[in-house]
Amino acid sequence: MQDALTWGQIIAGLAARLFPVWIALAVLFAASFGFKRKLGLYGRIFDSPVGMIGFGLVMFWVFIAFFADMIITHDPLVQVSGMKNALPGSPVKGMEGAYYLLGGDHLARDVFSRVIMGAREVLKIAPAATVVAFMVGITLGLPAGYIGGKLDTSISFGSNLVLAFPVILLFYLLVTPEIRDTWIPTTLAAILFIFPVVFLAILFNSRFFTNPKQRNLYVGAVLVIGLWAYSGLAFNADPLGVWSMDPNVLNVFVSVVFVNSPGVFRIVRGMVMDIKTRDYVAAGQTRGEGPWYIMLWEILPNARGPLIVDFCLRIGYTTILLGTLGFFGLGVTPESPDWGSTINYGRRLLAIAPHPAVVPAIALMSLVLGLNLLADGLREESMKD
Amino acid sequence: MFFFVLRRIGVMLLTAFALTFIVFYMTNLPPNLEKLAKSEASVRMSDEAVASWLDENGHSGSVFLRYAQWVGIAPGWVRLEDDGTTKGRCIEAGMTPEEAPRYCGILQGQWGFSTVFKQPVSEVLGRSLGATGWLMFWVMAVMVPTSLLLGVLSGMREGSRTDRVLSTFAIATTATPEYVSGVILIAVLASATAGVSPILHGWGWISGKTLFPGTATSAMENITFMNFALPVATIALYGIGYIARMTRASMTEVMTQQYIRTARLKGVSFRQVVMKHALRNALIAPFTVIMLQFPWLLNGVVISETLFNYKGFGWTLVQAAGNNDIDTLLGCSVVAVFVVLVTQLISDIGYVFLNPRIRLA
Repeated sequence: MQDALTWGQIIAGLAARLFPVWIALAVLFAASFGFKRKLGLYGRIFDSPVGMIGFGLVMFWVFIAFFADMIITHDPLVQVSGMKNALPGSPVKGMEGAYYLLGGDHLARDVFSRVIMGAREVLKIAPAATVVAFMVGITLGLPAGYIGGKLDTSISFGSNLVLAFPVILLFYLLVTPEIRDTWIPTTLAAILFIFPVVFLAILFNSRFFTNPKQRNLYVGAVLVIGLWAYSGLAFNADPLGVWSMDPNVLNVFVSVVFVNSPGVFRIVRGMVMDIKTRDYVAAGQTRGEGPWYIMLWEILPNARGPLIVDFCLRIGYTTILLGTLGFFGLGVTPESPDWGSTINYGRRLLAIAPHPAVVPAIALMSLVLGLNLLADGLREESMKD
Repeated sequence: MFFFVLRRIGVMLLTAFALTFIVFYMTNLPPNLEKLAKSEASVRMSDEAVASWLDENGHSGSVFLRYAQWVGIAPGWVRLEDDGTTKGRCIEAGMTPEEAPRYCGILQGQWGFSTVFKQPVSEVLGRSLGATGWLMFWVMAVMVPTSLLLGVLSGMREGSRTDRVLSTFAIATTATPEYVSGVILIAVLASATAGVSPILHGWGWISGKTLFPGTATSAMENITFMNFALPVATIALYGIGYIARMTRASMTEVMTQQYIRTARLKGVSFRQVVMKHALRNALIAPFTVIMLQFPWLLNGVVISETLFNYKGFGWTLVQAAGNNDIDTLLGCSVVAVFVVLVTQLISDIGYVFLNPRIRLA
């Protein structure tokens, strides 16, 4: 029988397991520091300590998600008898030299490996959902702010409707096992997923329509790839079977996008209404440029600063939302190692064995903190312009 | 001003109808109704039996008509049974069809019957809202002064060390959702095996096993500092950071204004400038933010009540949603939507009242 590890040994063990992450972080930071003057806004993150710490935290989790297979010490789904609620640093029974670095959970699984795999679950959904929410918000917000009138009134009313919904209530209505049998998730997915395709198609069309050859190439590529992915993701009807999404994940993804896009819409609309009074927009109009060209290639690039900042904050917010879903046991399988549901299962035994819930809680907090700090650093740096 | 308020109220009513209709539609989806039929009548019902049960209990037909009946703007359904008796939405047990009112919906105060709590929904909601009211009150009492103080202190001298420390604290709290801070608070303060409780117990400073109790169930009868501190702190912490940052932004903006410089140049002390000249103007923006925090507080209440097992509004909502208790869930949604819309209205109107620079025709 081996002795349990001390806290010093646990920390050393964790640091050793995370070796690939340290290497990757060191390479990234060294490279970024070397070329920071040539990297634009990205390089300027390294001028602000706050932004650098935030970026470091975020990339720490990104690399963990990337190298998760190399880092984990045990299969996150395998239960080892006798390890139920084991304390951090306990030796695994029947395995020489193996430890549960951060203890075992209520089903005797390794907490450390589950948190590592959980990072992959979170980082698979949160950024993608935020990107789609941004595409939806931008595609609707640009014309609402630029054209205004009845169009603006009706879209704004719709977005206020979603914003007035208490988020938890919406999740309880949208993310239930029963709802998968109805038309709602597929229709929502069909509506929300078409926006990225529409956005990119209009983006390239408005820029290159004077050069039909180039236009046909870009717009054609967008439409072929976009609609191919669209058919697979929204309707699960990809003829080649490359794109598909688990119905559970689809449900979660769609509801998170649905909750997030009105917020993006509001920001974009507000900024467009401000920017459209500038002289360069008037100059564009006088040159006879089309409204979509002005919106997408004149206004949008000038709104990028606040949008990038909001993007970072919103990934954090999406992470929190995903955690909330897991916390209420909505839309995830019980085995899933994602942080929210791990906290949910751990909280029931909090008084006896706190570590299964505290470890993912700290993980989630550090990721969101990193995103918030990064956003703060970016805001400071972009204001220096 | 009058027309502004009138128009806001009109939009609000429209929003309320749209939102309640969405909730009604989503809770009355066919799979939910089928589950209701099976839990109310018999689990092993055939599809035809389910359909006829739904038909007999007024769950079939157009969703718009059912919604109108539920709201109370259409007469409740009435059915003549095969045995000659009359059943209806508004006919309660022991009532003849002639005595029963024609309309019975939310507007008439008929909120339905909870299948989980076996009580009328209005009683369930009344009790749970009372409990949540106390929680909200203490959250506000802790959150608003703390966050305003933090915001004003850090915005008073932008870029100072106090500002840096307080801003970092504010960012950290906004990165800590309720289910994270609650778990960490319990682990540190209310766990028998970790945190400070075993140490204090070892020193003999506390008689019990833990410093704070891990649940707030006892607060239902008697609120004490001990059983209420953790749930309140859990909710308040997340809001503090956000409001403090808004207050800071507004305070820094005010501090760069000309009249502040004039006052300083006149020789007014810094303290006087902050208290008399800056504070009032700086607190207009946070007022809106605090009001708009209510919807988010609702989220916090649901999480915190579930975590600490405090049987208030949030706990009721989770129970109703988890057990397909359609009437209770609808009642909760009406309350939630109402709270959100009224706070929005108050914040809009209050902003106009507080800010003399906004003139409305």
